Amino acid sequence: MDGFLNKAKRVTLFAGHYGSGKTNVAVNYALLLKKAGHDVMIADLDIVNPYFRTKDSADELEKNGIKLISSEYAGSNVDLPALPSEIYSLVDIHDKYAVFDIGGDDRGATALGRYSDSIKAEDNYELLLVINRYRPLSKTPELAVEIMHEIEVAANMRFTGIVNDSNLGEETTPETVFESVPYAEEVSRLTGLPIRFTTVTKKIYAEVKDKIPNLMEIHLQDKIV
Amino acid sequence: MSEKVLMKGNEAIAEAAIKAGCNFYFGYPITPQTEVAAYMAKRMPKIGGTFLQAESEIAAINMVIGVASTGKRVMTSSSSPGISLKSEGISYLAGCDLPALVVNVQRGGPGLGGIQPSQSDYFQATKGGGHGDYRNIVLAPSSVQEMAALTVKGFNLADKYRMVAMILADGTMGQMMEPVAIDDIEIETGEKPWALTGTECRRPRNIVNSLYLKPDVLEQKNFERFEKYKQIEENEALYESYMMDDADICIVSFGITARIAKNAIATARAKGIKAGLIRPITLWPFPKKPLLEAADKCRAFISVELSMGQLVEDVELATRCKKPVYLCNRTGGMIPSPDEVVAAIEKADKEAK
Repeated sequence: MDGFLNKAKRVTLFAGHYGSGKTNVAVNYALLLKKAGHDVMIADLDIVNPYFRTKDSADELEKNGIKLISSEYAGSNVDLPALPSEIYSLVDIHDKYAVFDIGGDDRGATALGRYSDSIKAEDNYELLLVINRYRPLSKTPELAVEIMHEIEVAANMRFTGIVNDSNLGEETTPETVFESVPYAEEVSRLTGLPIRFTTVTKKIYAEVKDKIPNLMEIHLQDKIV
Repeated sequence: MSEKVLMKGNEAIAEAAIKAGCNFYFGYPITPQTEVAAYMAKRMPKIGGTFLQAESEIAAINMVIGVASTGKRVMTSSSSPGISLKSEGISYLAGCDLPALVVNVQRGGPGLGGIQPSQSDYFQATKGGGHGDYRNIVLAPSSVQEMAALTVKGFNLADKYRMVAMILADGTMGQMMEPVAIDDIEIETGEKPWALTGTECRRPRNIVNSLYLKPDVLEQKNFERFEKYKQIEENEALYESYMMDDADICIVSFGITARIAKNAIATARAKGIKAGLIRPITLWPFPKKPLLEAADKCRAFISVELSMGQLVEDVELATRCKKPVYLCNRTGGMIPSPDEVVAAIEKADKEAK
């Protein structure tokens, strides 16, 4: 199931449309890398949304030995678009795998622009576009590509692959995922980017596993109240 | 039936507003409602509508007054401190008998408070907020689907009664994502002979104004307005009744806390306590009738709310204090767990015989 992990680069960055599921995908991907025996750190680069942050999974990440770098304001009672200086350690020290959770849309990706030169210089990264065809503002392949270009300009980086994270939350069925495949394939065709993997929850994994290649089984984040 | 999409509550409000024929949005960003503005900024240019980020909340609400005067559907949205700033304009909308939709995605207060969810603007929304004798129709959604449905309903009611309809949501409702189908929009706008559309020299001019030089004329205007409010109280109160048929303990709660209450009711019933829920969907007009009826059947009421106790006062009034009314609350952005609500149910069950 985790064949796509063989192609993992040292740095994996997840960007995409607001609410497409980047944080969940990033946390799950970091956990898989760790399970595969790699030393992993995860950084929260979100300066757009003060809620639904990587930090919500802090306990689980810590339990699994994954260091989390996140703003001390994430999930607090203030909305400060601040980034910790520690993030440089992921970019400049090359001995660990690094997973980056980028904020939504071009506004969120602006923060990535600060680090893009160093990441490109090292040249051992994947910048993955997280797409969900059930999000209304990215519901057609053309809209998804439009958002992708806006992000690339803001981040000063090109995407290298696609993550099909199409879902309807708790109402996701195998059909929900199947119906998203042509959409993801069209985004792939329009951009020339490969679909690196498709996410499914444990509940429906068995029903889709032989029908869609490169599945990543994810579990949904528990919000820490 | 259109296909379902995955939306944040804030986005559902914005999309439903556009589908309801609202082509004008004026606002100013504030967490946790900023997605309403962000969504409008993306969508309005594509449909030939107007999105304008004003220089302040006060400017935004005055722009709303301007468009509302022309009879076009218009809205603004904000969160608690921003609604305080808009309250002067909301009073002017009431004084001018203008329809508009105002959205408040509440955060913790008072003052700057915090960005986590709250319901502590209940008094502000239902009892006035701005100055003078007036009411807003106040709608309290409890799901992303209802964020959309009540937005449409709000526009329809605002037009029907020529007054402000307010969506009173909280940060959780605004931020949470759920599948939603925005379809079968029923737009009930009707004629607006009062609107400022240009006379073209064919009719006497219309005037939109809230200034009355003669006190007896102003008094008469207020009497007329309250006749209208009386009709609304009789005809427009909405609520959901949940497991109330045999309930001994009646929870009253709206928005996110009503969902928590439903979980708690399941647990309480498993423990043998017959609990039920009356969920006001309109906070004004408040669903007094079902509560008064419940007061003859239930032993106690519990108001579950995210404030220091605001809804609880309307529960006491509506039930005329026939039965004890308990308060189960958290504030400042904290949310009660289902277990905390279960504990409140057990306490009420034990004490109120």
